[in-house]
Amino acid sequence: MSTDNGSISSETHDSGVVNGEFVDPGVPAEHRPRRADVDPKAARKAELQVAAMFGVSILGTVLAIYGYVTSDASADDLGAVQRTTMLMGVGIAFAMLGVGVGAIHWAKTLMRDHDMVEERHALRSSDEARAGAIEKLKDGAVDSGVGVGRRGLLKGSVLAGLLIAPLAVLVPAVGNLGGDWKVSNAKHTMWRKGTKLTTDPDGVRIKAADVTIGSVFHVIPEGLNELEHGKIEEKAKAVVLLIRLDPRDLNVQPGREDWSFDGIVAYSKICTHVGCPVALYEQQTHHLLCPCHQSTFDVANGAKVVFGPAKRPLPQLPIMVDDEGYIVAKDDFNEPIGPSFWERLK
Amino acid sequence: MTDTSTVPSNSRLNRAAGGTANYLDERTSIGAFTKFMARKIFPDHWSFMLGEIALYSFVVLLLSGVILTAFFVPSMDIVHYEGGLEQLKGQEMSKAFESTVHMSFEVPGGLLMRQIHHWAALIFTASIVTHMARIFFTGAFRKPRELNWLVGFTLMIMSLAAGFTGYSLPDDVLSGNGLRIIDGVIKSIPLIGTYISYGLFGGEFPGEVLIPRMFTAHILLIPGIILALVALHLFLVFLHKHTQYPGPGRTDKNVVGLPLFPVYTAKAGGFFFVVFGVIAALGAAFQINPVWNYGPYDPSPVSAGTQPDWYMLFIDGGLRIMPGMFEVVIGGYTLSLNVLIPAVVLPGLFFGFLAIYPWLEAWATGDRGEKHVLDRPRNAPVRTGLGVALITFYVVLVLEGSNDIVANLFRLSINDLTIMFRFAVFLLPIAAFWMTKRIAMGLQRKDRELVLHGHETGRIVRFESGEYIEVHEPLTDEERWVLVSYENLKPHEFGSETNDFGVRRKGARWRRFKSALSRFYFEDRIEPVTPAELAEAHEHHAAEIEAKKNAEPRDPSASHA
Amino acid sequence: MRRLSLTRYHRAAPLVLLFVLLAGITTAASFVQAQPANAEAAATVTDISEGSKLFAANCATCHGLSAQGQDGVAPSLVGVGAAAVDFQVGTGRMPMQASGPQAPAKPVQFNEEQTHQLAAYVASLGAGPSVPDADAVDPSQGDASHGMQLFRTNCAMCHGSVGGGGALSQGKYAPSLMETTPTHIYEAMLVGPQSMPVFNNANITPDDKRDIIAFLDEQRNGAPGGLSLGSIGPVAEGLWAWLLGMGLIVGFTVWIGMRSS
Repeated sequence: MSTDNGSISSETHDSGVVNGEFVDPGVPAEHRPRRADVDPKAARKAELQVAAMFGVSILGTVLAIYGYVTSDASADDLGAVQRTTMLMGVGIAFAMLGVGVGAIHWAKTLMRDHDMVEERHALRSSDEARAGAIEKLKDGAVDSGVGVGRRGLLKGSVLAGLLIAPLAVLVPAVGNLGGDWKVSNAKHTMWRKGTKLTTDPDGVRIKAADVTIGSVFHVIPEGLNELEHGKIEEKAKAVVLLIRLDPRDLNVQPGREDWSFDGIVAYSKICTHVGCPVALYEQQTHHLLCPCHQSTFDVANGAKVVFGPAKRPLPQLPIMVDDEGYIVAKDDFNEPIGPSFWERLK
Repeated sequence: MTDTSTVPSNSRLNRAAGGTANYLDERTSIGAFTKFMARKIFPDHWSFMLGEIALYSFVVLLLSGVILTAFFVPSMDIVHYEGGLEQLKGQEMSKAFESTVHMSFEVPGGLLMRQIHHWAALIFTASIVTHMARIFFTGAFRKPRELNWLVGFTLMIMSLAAGFTGYSLPDDVLSGNGLRIIDGVIKSIPLIGTYISYGLFGGEFPGEVLIPRMFTAHILLIPGIILALVALHLFLVFLHKHTQYPGPGRTDKNVVGLPLFPVYTAKAGGFFFVVFGVIAALGAAFQINPVWNYGPYDPSPVSAGTQPDWYMLFIDGGLRIMPGMFEVVIGGYTLSLNVLIPAVVLPGLFFGFLAIYPWLEAWATGDRGEKHVLDRPRNAPVRTGLGVALITFYVVLVLEGSNDIVANLFRLSINDLTIMFRFAVFLLPIAAFWMTKRIAMGLQRKDRELVLHGHETGRIVRFESGEYIEVHEPLTDEERWVLVSYENLKPHEFGSETNDFGVRRKGARWRRFKSALSRFYFEDRIEPVTPAELAEAHEHHAAEIEAKKNAEPRDPSASHA
Repeated sequence: MRRLSLTRYHRAAPLVLLFVLLAGITTAASFVQAQPANAEAAATVTDISEGSKLFAANCATCHGLSAQGQDGVAPSLVGVGAAAVDFQVGTGRMPMQASGPQAPAKPVQFNEEQTHQLAAYVASLGAGPSVPDADAVDPSQGDASHGMQLFRTNCAMCHGSVGGGGALSQGKYAPSLMETTPTHIYEAMLVGPQSMPVFNNANITPDDKRDIIAFLDEQRNGAPGGLSLGSIGPVAEGLWAWLLGMGLIVGFTVWIGMRSS
């Protein structure tokens, strides 16, 4: 590399410039040899290092198999599970890393490391090849008895047949995916007039007197746990939150004066955004927070949305007390619970 | 170079190898293929191995996945837990969940296999995104590789599908709530949403067929598509030959690098084992997806920190960031824009933009030549700025998707975070684009200075006049070539709007759009140094230094000889 | 002659920096403070009078001299019971540094005897929940499986699936339960402190409460899969996959691409 202290004049002996343009100096001819290229002792050392790494790999395999064979992993000994996971995992890791690092070290220290050049060919086929292809296609068109630009009926009907034939399989295949296709099931839950409210998950009936101010009960309808079929599907629509506020804090919504009593209200637990359970109740703010996308509902004001991506308030379950003091539903929800869908209001 | 004997020995091994080669060649022409392939040249740069990370982690997924299928039962039939884990004793759960817990605790190494599989999935998706970013920022998607960009893009989408179906298989509360969210999103689609939902779940949510259907998708359909596309992707890479960074001797008509056999056989083959090893180390040391703590899926419970795996977080962030006011009722029908926009429209636009990007640039450049030499990102300031803006947008959404974790960790308010991100998601990408473009152009100017004046050596020369200068060392020819050889595109001329007779040409509006696009890309540019400028700089230097050498000392009495 | 270049660091420097970064991250402290155990014994008349003195000196400024409360500052303590006082004072939440919706646990200001006295005094003001006895909070007598079902329905949405803590709205949070004593867990459920709802004994029975304690106790046996990454979930897993996983692997690619000496 030349040292330029600025003493040269305006003549440039610049080999990198030809006809006023910079030129490509070409792939560097000199090549700095590695230690292993010139010193046989260094090469031997590299070989030993590579072999050592493969040796580490073998040790790793032994460790993994040892971990497997001596494992006493079982569900009542979590420590044993952790030990087995760690031993086998570390063993596999070393087994793999040993091989990998060994092979790479071999390539870096001992294998060829100076560049070679390979020519690229244009991807575009040569003109003769293209002409030949077109010729062959023309011959084939002649052989098809149809020719180019004639016999539209033949070509049109082939196309129509090919496009429509798959429907014979697709229609039944897709049609069978949906079972009974009763999408309107989404509009109703299993709450009925007189259905008792019970605790989730044990199904214990709830007395009005037990719901003290500041409480939140997670509720399922009585009979849910006894369902033979569709238990989870019904639960996914029927879960409810039963909350008691100080009656002075509760703003009863107009038209719903008899849907709650003594500050005890019941709302659907399924978020009207995209359907997560809205489970976080903040006692002091009377807010219900959904943990999935942070939609926030104000229980004191008809569970309307005060923050977040939900639009509609939580549907309210109308409740009352029966003669024995248990809380029961007065009716199903007056609208579909959960996320909105196209035909929701129909 | 180490001495390798080139005289073929007559050992048993060599004879056996020769016999095998002959056997195969007589049936498959493998000799011709070997001649073509064995010494193929690939350029040597670490950033070319990012796609390999994806390939190798996919292999790890296949291997660990096959092992898992030996134990997993893809059924939603209800059973009562009879295993030994205290916290699940006697609970009702699906066979899918029960088999997952069983293989984690009763099968030695079962938990390890699950963890390796899941960590490999996170690495798979992360490496795809990293690889895609490298392709984007170096312009490797330009002709002739536009189709391969589409193949890779589809692979990226498939990886999301694979991950999502995979982590939903154990039928636990965390992934089940994720499925509920997806069901809510599907239901929001106008006209057909409820039918798509009913069809997918075979009835009402969650139904009894979802896990078996997702299992088929996850182990058969999606891996099948991925394998086919990966084969196509690699075939195209071999056909096109790999791109290379600019350098001495590297042109659009050659490939400079090292041969496949033995160098890349060892390096790439070894790298597979390295990726496997790192994933195994993660699986050994870090717990992931502990479904026994989430419990079997039930629509009632939900836990704080309900997020999907990282690659779906940007959609979750979109759902969180959207204000709720945008649901409208038209003629009695409900259109949930507050859900549709972040979960359907936004990913559609974002991914759609990525998919068509090679054609956007092709329209802007009007250039038709094959490009095999990569761009240094600084030499394509608008593209680099766009890429950084897209990443910024994505990261803001990912952060919003983690907002309750961020809030809890840093004692912030999730409400304030969300409001802040609502502004940031628009403003930050714009700011990022502008800043990145300016930084790239600044780096280009710095390169110009480097060419004109050389490297700073740190050696100071003091003249008799008392003035100091730093000696600069000129660049080598090779270094200089990298800095002056970049293709500095100008806004392309797409021809006039009217023809010779003054009649408006067809497609004028399209041409005007392309012209505007071209100006957006290439109007602001930094020209590479020309030899004339370099000569001028040398003259200028020489003159200046001559002048200083010949200058009178300022204070003759104070000179230190 | 080497030019002044940007690469004048030792070649092991990136590795060292990576280790330092990892060590720093992994030792970033979890912010849970230890809670002292609380003994319960019958309240004596001396306890009540001593307690009233402590109350007047430390609590009355916010809660009022007869614990009647002040609107917007502090609630009335009449009827909150000994359990509430034992929880709030025993975890250091009370006395609060400033009134607000979130009362973070902090170093406990009173010893066991003083806490007992304060509890006795407040309990004397009006009947309320009392401190549970040792049997009621003994994890070995609880059913962890039933506890898990109850926990994930009633508690996990705020406190996380294994009690690691979680965010509430407006900067409030539900704290981690990993270091909380069984007694304090019981009391918190019973009393419903600050933002937490009340889970009275009709909602979650005393046996139910013990089951929940048994479940939480199980979680303290460590993670069978290795390090639990804070039990935060997929966000932490994704973060570590990128930082550690991709970091290591890309580090390897840089090593592979480097020239050997």
